[in-house]
Amino acid sequence: MSTATDYLLHLADNALVLGQRNAEWCGHGPILEEDIALSNVSLDLIGQARLLYQLVASLQGGDATEDKLAYFRDTGEFRNYTLLELPHSGPLSGYAHASLDYGTTIVRNFLYSALMALLWEALEKSANADLAAIASKSLKEVRYHLRHSRDWLVRLGDGTDESHARTQAALDHLMPYTQEFWTGSPAEAAAFAAGIGVDLQTLKADWDGIVDGALTEATLKRPLLEGYVSEGKKGLHSEHLGFLLAEMQSLARAHPNGNW
Amino acid sequence: MTTSIEETWAALADLADPEIPVISLRDLGILRDVRAGAEGLEVVITPTYSGCPAMSQIEDDIRSTLKNKGISARVVTQLAPAWTTDWMTESGKEKLRAYGIAPPHQTPAAHNVVRFISRPAKAEAVPCPHCGSSNTVVSSQFGSTACKALYKCQDCQEPFDYFKPY
Ligand SMILES: [Zn+2]
Repeated sequence: MSTATDYLLHLADNALVLGQRNAEWCGHGPILEEDIALSNVSLDLIGQARLLYQLVASLQGGDATEDKLAYFRDTGEFRNYTLLELPHSGPLSGYAHASLDYGTTIVRNFLYSALMALLWEALEKSANADLAAIASKSLKEVRYHLRHSRDWLVRLGDGTDESHARTQAALDHLMPYTQEFWTGSPAEAAAFAAGIGVDLQTLKADWDGIVDGALTEATLKRPLLEGYVSEGKKGLHSEHLGFLLAEMQSLARAHPNGNW
Repeated sequence: MTTSIEETWAALADLADPEIPVISLRDLGILRDVRAGAEGLEVVITPTYSGCPAMSQIEDDIRSTLKNKGISARVVTQLAPAWTTDWMTESGKEKLRAYGIAPPHQTPAAHNVVRFISRPAKAEAVPCPHCGSSNTVVSSQFGSTACKALYKCQDCQEPFDYFKPY
């Protein structure tokens, strides 16, 4: 049972944390259409997270609920990729109050959606029938997220000098965090051994193909990957997740058992 | 005296979607089944999108409609098989068009991700629901809801929603 829940929490936390981050654009989008688009992507991601948390809660039994999983776990208990918790403010984050950078948002959504399009497709064959059903739904959604972020990646990369430079900077900043995709965790290994999960290595060639194709079209240069490999999926997070959770969880924690 | 499955279907036949009230839940393919369960009748629904905010409203609408007609049934949400716009009825598509929303194309047979992003432009021409012109362009991948994209007609200049194949 815990094999499945550990893995499901990783998938759920990914969706929730990126959903929360993207929702920060609600009311602040660069143009009205993108404001709406990002809010819709968020709604999909939070919907996926809810389905996964509901499944975890049903496996855990007792008084577990989706809300407890989302609102009453702390930083070290979250299992999302570090990539997804970073602010939308590029490499200066943590040093200066940088404004929301749409290039950062688009690059992150593209890198993650390209992975999830492949992963959800593979998870349609999961031995856990409930996860397979969630994967089928999520796959339909993520294909549109991927198309949206890829279109904008090309538009910004192959756009003005300013948009090109900012998108390249965002890519240089974020790409190293994708090394975490390809570095296994105990939860992933156990889920794969149980037939629930997927060996991510089998998706890498396709992911590289999607990324390289888009970067070429966007006239962007793929950075070399080296150095620190983040470990958010093992519970070791950047300082940014705490702030994100504080904002997301404070209302539920101020009114535990609240109903509205 | 128990209610029959046919009576329950009939009671729900005209129940409208809360977001696009010109189309019924049955036309949309959200209302999947009415069946005899272990504890009485079950009405089976399936969500359109994972995060569709209308789902709880839809459940409430079904419950209150059944209650008003004196029918006792449980509402069951089922995820698999995942909802697809291919389940939308032809009359439902026609109602969408008349309402100003371009109905979804047939979904492609293969779901291949790589092929999906390198889409052929021609296959996706979306006719304008107002004037019928195929000279239309996408202005946003996401419209007022996640299930729609925003298009603009180059001939009559009207913007319109396109219900995306899904
Ligand atoms: Zn027109």
